[in-house]
Amino acid sequence: MAINWFKYSAPTTFYGLAGKMIPWFAFSAAILFVIGLYIGFVVAPVDAQQGEFYRIIFIHVPSSILSMFLYLVMAGYAALGLIFNTRLSAMMASAIAPTGALFAFISLWTGALWGKPMWGAWWVWDARLTSELILLFLYLGFIALHASIDDPRRADRAAALLALVGSVNVPIIYFSVKWWNTLHQGSTIKFTGTSMHVAMQQAMFTVLVACWLYAIAVVLARVRSIILERERNTTWIGELPEVKQ
Amino acid sequence: MNGLDLWMRENPLTYVWLGSYAVALLIFMIEIAMVIHKRKITLQQVRLMREAQDEAGDDN
Repeated sequence: MAINWFKYSAPTTFYGLAGKMIPWFAFSAAILFVIGLYIGFVVAPVDAQQGEFYRIIFIHVPSSILSMFLYLVMAGYAALGLIFNTRLSAMMASAIAPTGALFAFISLWTGALWGKPMWGAWWVWDARLTSELILLFLYLGFIALHASIDDPRRADRAAALLALVGSVNVPIIYFSVKWWNTLHQGSTIKFTGTSMHVAMQQAMFTVLVACWLYAIAVVLARVRSIILERERNTTWIGELPEVKQ
Repeated sequence: MNGLDLWMRENPLTYVWLGSYAVALLIFMIEIAMVIHKRKITLQQVRLMREAQDEAGDDN
């Protein structure tokens, strides 16, 4: 049976679908967080060089990956909105931005906490750290620009341009440890393999999936509010049971 | 070495937990609370607007 994906690109159908999906993503995220933290703090062994401090990796790496990936997804939706003028794409981009900014902040915060015992400094103007800070500013710029324009469609277009221009920063963050001499270590997990202990890998991937599911749940919940706000004058919003009560 | 440096080296797990995981979980909680609050406020606004429109329609 062929699925008509275009059907779900309309706010009318997506609103209901998102409402049904949120509890599943949220519940799975909570379970995986607990499992990931259990493996990370109970099963995974102590690191020979960094001792217990390395355990920050289980939140630092997933939040860094999410901050970059969410930016690309946001820029992708922004591009779709700009090219095809689809309402839902722009709404999705607006809904992703706050969550992406929070992940970028968590990445910088946990990185500072890891840096202090390992490097002796909370912050250094290293290429990786600086480009991640620029990513946080890009998210904040997107949110501020969108909020500063009253007409939502004009705000969508202006913010989409910023998102697209800013997406050049994501490969810079990723390759910064290769392109420049940085204090920040290179990738621990590569396509060619890893030297990490199995339990450490399991903890990191479990928390990564949990963060993904959490981000999806929160973004879907936020986009439902945006849809309600923007489509408030339409007939279908008036017929929703939560609006009628 | 100052007091914080000494404390973090003596209590690394507490430092990791409180500094990164507790902060991250707090941020997630705040975000969830904000999303729920936004939903409530938006629904309230939409209902009020609809009621006002209905009343205006009845008056006409």
